Amino acid sequence: MNIPTSYVVVLSAILFTLGVIGVLTRRNAIIAFMSVELMLNASNLAFIAYARGLQQVSGHIFVFFVIAVAAAEVAVGLALIVTIFKTKHSIDVDQVSGLKG
Amino acid sequence: MTPDLILFFALALLAVAAAAAMLASRNAVYSALFLVLNLVTVAILYLLLNAAFIAMVQVTVYAGAIMVLFLFVIMLLGAQQEARGPDLRWQRPVSLVLAAALLGLMAYALFAGGRGPLLADAALLEGFGSPQSIGRALFSGYLIPFEAVSVLLLAAMVGAIVLARDEPKEKR
Repeated sequence: MNIPTSYVVVLSAILFTLGVIGVLTRRNAIIAFMSVELMLNASNLAFIAYARGLQQVSGHIFVFFVIAVAAAEVAVGLALIVTIFKTKHSIDVDQVSGLKG
Repeated sequence: MTPDLILFFALALLAVAAAAAMLASRNAVYSALFLVLNLVTVAILYLLLNAAFIAMVQVTVYAGAIMVLFLFVIMLLGAQQEARGPDLRWQRPVSLVLAAALLGLMAYALFAGGRGPLLADAALLEGFGSPQSIGRALFSGYLIPFEAVSVLLLAAMVGAIVLARDEPKEKR
């Protein structure tokens, strides 16, 4: 099983870019949030690829921590979205303009 | 073209297609399901890359717990359909240009050094990424970060409960 590391890293870059497009274009807060998860996932893929290429198990440890932090982030982020929905009755990110000058 | 490479390209195509479909679909539930497909595909890629433990963590935590939480919130809020507002006229091309610039920058950063494809030495990969090796590294070199993550998860849990509960009634 020998896949060149550079191929995997290119795939990770493409997935990361798709996540960036999602954050920039979608106005549904939940879908923008899912795009952030896509970006985290793409960076994890690059970590795993380099961990294998360099035979360093630290890359796997980092991915483990990234997944744990992502779980915490999703819990808090979705609670925030629910709270915003309760007050605005919408999760369109354009509607959340209460701090606009 | 070895079978490994064929499998890799098939999985890569599936992952990119699932990600693109996630961005394109108007229904938030379909988006979440396409993201699950993408995460499972990436988990299979982890298996190909000698990361069996991380692949299992990916399936249980990401594709399981986190996406169930997403689907639960989407259905709780009834936010499947995106509200039709004024169209994003100029933002969409600008975002595509910015994303293309980012991809070009990453490609330059990766390949400017002129290094060829980094091929892992298969003989050294015996037992690499197994639960034993991960556990040994996690509980020897990374013990304090591991404990810090447990405190972080507790704090996130408390924060989510505080944010999402109803406002308490006025004290009499």
